[in-house]
Amino acid sequence: MAAKKIGVYICHCGVNIAATVDIEELKRFAATLPRVKSVQNYMYVCSDPGQELIRKDIKEKGLNRIVVAACSPRMHEPTFRNVLKSAGLNPYCLEITNIREQCSWVHHDRHTATEKAKGLLAASVAKAALLEPLEEHEVGVTPTAMVIGGGIAGIQAALDIADTGFKVYLVEKEASIGGHMMQLDKTFPTLDCSACILTPKMADVKNHPNIELLAYSEVIEVKGFVGNFKVTVKKKPRYVIESICNACGQCSPYCPIEIDDAFNERLAKTKALYIPFPQAIPATYVIDPQSCRYLRDKSCRQCEQVCKELQAINLDQKEELVELDIGTIIVATGFDIFDPRQKPELGYGKYENVITGLEFERLVSASGPNQGDIKINGKKPKDVVFVQCVGSRDQTVGNEYCSRVCCMYTAKHAHLVREKLPDAHITIFYIDIRAFGKGFEQFYDRVRGERVYYRRGNVSEIYKKGDKLMVRAEDTLMGKAVEVAADLVVLAVGMEPSKSAKELGKILKLSNSPDKFFLEAHPKLRPVDTGSDGVFLAGCCQGPKDIPDTVAQASAAAAKAVIPLAHGTVKTEAMVSVVQAEACRGCGFCVEACPYAAITLEEKKVRGKKKIVATVNEVLCKSCGACAASCLSGAIQQKSFTDEQILSMIAVIGKKY
Amino acid sequence: MEETYERACYIERLGLFGCIQCGKCTAGCPLNYLTPFNIRKMVYDVLNSSGEDIASEKHEIWQCTTCSTCSSRCPKQIEPRDVIINLRSILVEDGNIPPQIRDVLKSITINYNPWRLGKEQRAEWCKGLELKDASEADLLYYVGCTPAFDPRLQKVAQAVVKALRKAKVDFGTLGVEEVCCGSEIRRLGDIWSFDALREANTEIFNGYDNIKQIVTTSPHCYNTFKNEYPGLKPEVMHYTQFVSSLIDRGQLVLAKDYRKKVTYHDPCFLGKQNKIYEEPRNILRSVPGIEFVEFDRNRESSLCCEGGGGRMWIEIEDVKERLANIRVRDARDMGVDIIAVACPFCLLTLEDAVKSNDLEGKVQVMDIMEIVAKTLT
Repeated sequence: MAAKKIGVYICHCGVNIAATVDIEELKRFAATLPRVKSVQNYMYVCSDPGQELIRKDIKEKGLNRIVVAACSPRMHEPTFRNVLKSAGLNPYCLEITNIREQCSWVHHDRHTATEKAKGLLAASVAKAALLEPLEEHEVGVTPTAMVIGGGIAGIQAALDIADTGFKVYLVEKEASIGGHMMQLDKTFPTLDCSACILTPKMADVKNHPNIELLAYSEVIEVKGFVGNFKVTVKKKPRYVIESICNACGQCSPYCPIEIDDAFNERLAKTKALYIPFPQAIPATYVIDPQSCRYLRDKSCRQCEQVCKELQAINLDQKEELVELDIGTIIVATGFDIFDPRQKPELGYGKYENVITGLEFERLVSASGPNQGDIKINGKKPKDVVFVQCVGSRDQTVGNEYCSRVCCMYTAKHAHLVREKLPDAHITIFYIDIRAFGKGFEQFYDRVRGERVYYRRGNVSEIYKKGDKLMVRAEDTLMGKAVEVAADLVVLAVGMEPSKSAKELGKILKLSNSPDKFFLEAHPKLRPVDTGSDGVFLAGCCQGPKDIPDTVAQASAAAAKAVIPLAHGTVKTEAMVSVVQAEACRGCGFCVEACPYAAITLEEKKVRGKKKIVATVNEVLCKSCGACAASCLSGAIQQKSFTDEQILSMIAVIGKKY
Repeated sequence: MEETYERACYIERLGLFGCIQCGKCTAGCPLNYLTPFNIRKMVYDVLNSSGEDIASEKHEIWQCTTCSTCSSRCPKQIEPRDVIINLRSILVEDGNIPPQIRDVLKSITINYNPWRLGKEQRAEWCKGLELKDASEADLLYYVGCTPAFDPRLQKVAQAVVKALRKAKVDFGTLGVEEVCCGSEIRRLGDIWSFDALREANTEIFNGYDNIKQIVTTSPHCYNTFKNEYPGLKPEVMHYTQFVSSLIDRGQLVLAKDYRKKVTYHDPCFLGKQNKIYEEPRNILRSVPGIEFVEFDRNRESSLCCEGGGGRMWIEIEDVKERLANIRVRDARDMGVDIIAVACPFCLLTLEDAVKSNDLEGKVQVMDIMEIVAKTLT
């Protein structure tokens, strides 16, 4: 074994580190540590000139272990591993000392922060001397992707992946794809008709040879790892055979049961045997199992009689489980709107002329229950009031975030009211107007010019006075409370993560940010990746977004999801756990501790004797170290985090320098 | 502006930098229906100038009823109500307070009640009832100052006793040893006297090992014991919670018919501040023969009666209307016989409004317990 020659590279990170840690002092200290042959500092070690310092030293000074004192290894460990590799060194001969997140960012005092940085650095140097070169292995990738959620995000992602030539499954829990965008009338700020731009994409999904649509289906189990997932999908029974039904619609009028029309936000009724909307994809009817008379008490089979010729109705259909081999997964589970009943002072659910923004979309849509006539109880409203920030920026309901679309959709609503009710008095109560996107400010200007009264104040209560509603807010620019009479109040409800996505998050081991949306791997540099390799995010499941941002993110997720598919192989972890069979007691603690099911107990011959020993599947191991921590006999060691290496760090980290 | 340590502390404690000046507080403020009182602007002024100057300039700080509609609705969860209490504290500390408030504060510290009556008269209301002493019972009925001293409210306390006895509840009282809970004195800004009362009461309550529960007549006492008395051992309940559970368990049977049309006025300290909305309604709905109807403005949207925050002793000037007037006229328009209340202050303010609106004999104000007592055999 060649003598260890260690190089130490200290990053200023601009002033992020240098303002709190005394770099010169740390540099002097590093030079005194055993086996350290070179110490350098640089403003940004991660940049190309910084990387070059390391490469040059490796070549010229024959360094064989590298310590970089900089930010978290989560940030740039892969970067520096590549540097080592390009200089001909095994990439695992690298140790990162985190003197940013764990030191300079969390301390104020320069002296003590510098002392702490010394301890951290000394520990890294001690460990570096014990690092061993490791090898990565490659495994093949199933060249198929899965997109979960068939709103605009899922549709776009599926189409993009399919266009690259890979097969993609699109899983949608509802009877049709289309999502919330299908419910919208027009889209801000360009006023394109939502259906006109969405339905052709839905048709593309149906017709694309590389897309297999699994509608009315849910993902219930995911096993395996990036490149080699095994996904179990539950296909819920539609009670109508998808391959036979031609959506002629003759059956529905004969169904005796009426149910709330969910697509129309319960403003209208539909039948228990229904199609969500005429342009639905798949163009197949579905039977609501909760209300169908046959499925409840076997008392009616009228629909079967009507569909005698085709025999598309099968009331005995059962749910089906399908297991699929999948390479990468995109989560596009979207959002639910905020339920304004949580703000009782606004009277939603109490007064029928207080409605949500999404209900307004159906009310104003040509395909809605009123054919686009804005009418409440058959009457056209004269005074229309919009209330912004309902369920957004509101800690009383646990939603601290801005939902990003409500300012603009309310402006659009005001425009649509003006278009259809030229004489209406339109008031919008707002806290701040956030018109940040392309064309938004211009649209806001335009709407104000259409005789829309923007009044700055957060509506505090809505109550009835005669046959009018009184909307009470402080006009904060006037400095006094005002009451505006209304025949129609539209609440600009915000977005919340889809309730059904909660379970999926657990299945895919996704984390959530404090706002309860799914957490991306890095807020700036890895915005569509997740903590689970091979799983990507698109659309509002990651945070509130408008349509252009959603589509852009969906294409980004598609591009990311295709990379492993196109590459054909993925690298496995090198820092896997290894079992020293002689020491293993076969107790199985590690099997329980492993969250990835990577360890099994197997009978093996050890020094001629048969015994039960823990065995690590290196492909499944994600190098979390849980097994090593749980092992009582020290028989499992995680490479690059061995007991010896960790103890060497502990031995020096607490010393006074 | 001078950035004193004290100023920095209370601005931090009240979270005033979090205010986005949205005005939800002002528009929901019941006072703002009657006067230009603007709590949003007050928060802004306190943040941007010295509290001492504002306290002495803004006489309207005595108008606040501390109903807490502002705090409950604030989307940034700052406490505008506490800004007012803080300003009042500054004036109390300087002795710069209106004479009627000074008298109330003085009475509480001398008589342990705000009504300027001798503490020896505190048990007059239960003369002849032969109530158990607190040391002999599982449950303490904490009567409160107003029900103990006010002749109208004494009837409510007596009704509570009647119901508890009917349900065979093992309860006692503190008699003349009962001490004011301090809710009003704290809201009038005398946080120092409040601390003394809190210590005294905590010592009394925790001193009885036998007492497991305390039931109060007033939501104001309930609120302060529940939320402002850390370390209190017995469980605290408002009588509506306790009686509602007695009815649910079948321990108290409301037997006699009471054929009246009744609405219920939510007290702010029970509803908005402690989210107790269902229990009072459950009691009323259990009354045989009753027709129960809701005010349009109910629960979270209920209108304050203007009785809290020390307002029982403060007349505000130049105001013709009262919220209690709006309330009783709404009740008249609804055609109800009775406005049921569950708070001594609501009872007094609404009854006053019935008189001043010439509605005597048309609309009656009754405590829920008075209705309950009428249905007991």
